[in-house]
Amino acid sequence: MSELQKKHPIVRMFHVYKRYGPKNALADVSIDIDFNEWAFITGPSGAGKSTMLKLMYRGETVSEGQILVDGTNLLRVAQRQIPLLRRKFGVIFQDFKLIQNKTAYENVALVLEVAGVKPQLIRKKVQTVLRQAGMDDKMNQYPPSLSGGEQQRVAVARAIVGDPKIILADEPTGSLDSKSAGIIMDLLKGYQSRGATIIIATHDKEILSKTSQRIIYLENGRVMDQGIRTSMD
Amino acid sequence: MKDMADNMFITIVTIVTIALSILIASAGGLLFVNAGDVMDGWKKGIRIMAYIKPDVNQDELDQVRQSIATMAGVREIRFISRQAALEDLKIQMKRQMSLIDNLEINPLPDAYEIFMSPEEQSFEKIETLAARVDALSAIDDVEYGQAWIGRFTQVFNLFKFIGITMGALFFMVTVFIISNTIRLALYSRRDEIDIMRLVGATDAFIKIPSFIAGLIQGAIGGTAGLIALYIGYLTISANIERNFSSYVVHIRFLSWDVALWIIVYSIFVGWLGCFLSLKQFLKKN
Repeated sequence: MSELQKKHPIVRMFHVYKRYGPKNALADVSIDIDFNEWAFITGPSGAGKSTMLKLMYRGETVSEGQILVDGTNLLRVAQRQIPLLRRKFGVIFQDFKLIQNKTAYENVALVLEVAGVKPQLIRKKVQTVLRQAGMDDKMNQYPPSLSGGEQQRVAVARAIVGDPKIILADEPTGSLDSKSAGIIMDLLKGYQSRGATIIIATHDKEILSKTSQRIIYLENGRVMDQGIRTSMD
Repeated sequence: MKDMADNMFITIVTIVTIALSILIASAGGLLFVNAGDVMDGWKKGIRIMAYIKPDVNQDELDQVRQSIATMAGVREIRFISRQAALEDLKIQMKRQMSLIDNLEINPLPDAYEIFMSPEEQSFEKIETLAARVDALSAIDDVEYGQAWIGRFTQVFNLFKFIGITMGALFFMVTVFIISNTIRLALYSRRDEIDIMRLVGATDAFIKIPSFIAGLIQGAIGGTAGLIALYIGYLTISANIERNFSSYVVHIRFLSWDVALWIIVYSIFVGWLGCFLSLKQFLKKN
């Protein structure tokens, strides 16, 4: 990664508002997240953490303000270009969001299939990421037969298989025990070391305390505090 | 195919809906085709029988023939002598031959059989012509029992119109039912579709498998409907031919090209149902 990239933000929000009826889910949010950065968005339940992630991948549209992702103004992204925008992201959820009637392999392969990757390359890449996630021996199993930790490892494999620039994780360890949570965080750190930006929405104090990272603290949809902290802070 | 197998119940409901619609609509079509054939056959046979008074001589017979020939709408006149009429009766009543053999005199009169031009075969024209023939002094009586065909044709045409209207309604109802069953299938896959969109799937990527499923379901449903209709046809035609002479009623099945068009139509219905439900579903979600 070039120094220029490191110094430049990959995600920028300018005075962003998101309203659901009269209620502000986000109000006047302005943040920068740099290339290859590890950023936590934290705050109490209902603070607007998940909304912020949704706005980044155009799961929702802003009510006011602007968002730039990798230099692209999301307001100028046409409806038909949204699939291309989403391929820049790998998204991980607390409830895994795996397709129940597809095997672990098929769930991961889907990302490459929608991007039109050749079948031989799909097989090779999927097997590689599932091996990295420690799930190569269970690749033919369906999600209901996997534990929560295993399902989340498949979800991480799905998030990284397309080599996205940004990983968005919404409470990725929220429903896992500490051992499984540790595995997930290690997988994400490994992926960050390959140049990706990791943005995690969480209120899990344990994982917040373990890493040096940018922390954005939200309350009632407003950014109350943000900055780089080390695990010693 | 995997999607269809995963949603087996809804797939079967869709196929059965298409099959039933095709069965009912095609059965109506088959009825009209055969009723039309019968009507055409009857129309060809429309004639007026003019029975001649006894003791009419040959000159008078010739005059009657000439008078009838000049009347509007007459295509052909055939003289049936009383002897020829008796021979015909003997052929028709083979089993009751003893009754005829015991006749001491021939009770049948001479007659003229009058055939009308096809364009003159309306009920009113048959009636007018019959009245004019009946007015001739040498004519004892006229019979045009098949004049009811004129009225029947009008009723048949009315039914044809109702049939076409019903067919159009059936089409709309079928498309509505199919689009709703497919929407049901899509709702059952809503999470899957959300995930596909999340990982960057285009609408085309999501739609194409559903379209293919719609086409396959349409083709299977249409073929199943036609097979059911054919089985019904075989059963009914066998019964009819057992009870009636095949000269009286001959039922035919739909031709190959019509059957092919019905399958093309059912494929179109499957596709249209899919198209409508996907359009609405993807707009909403």
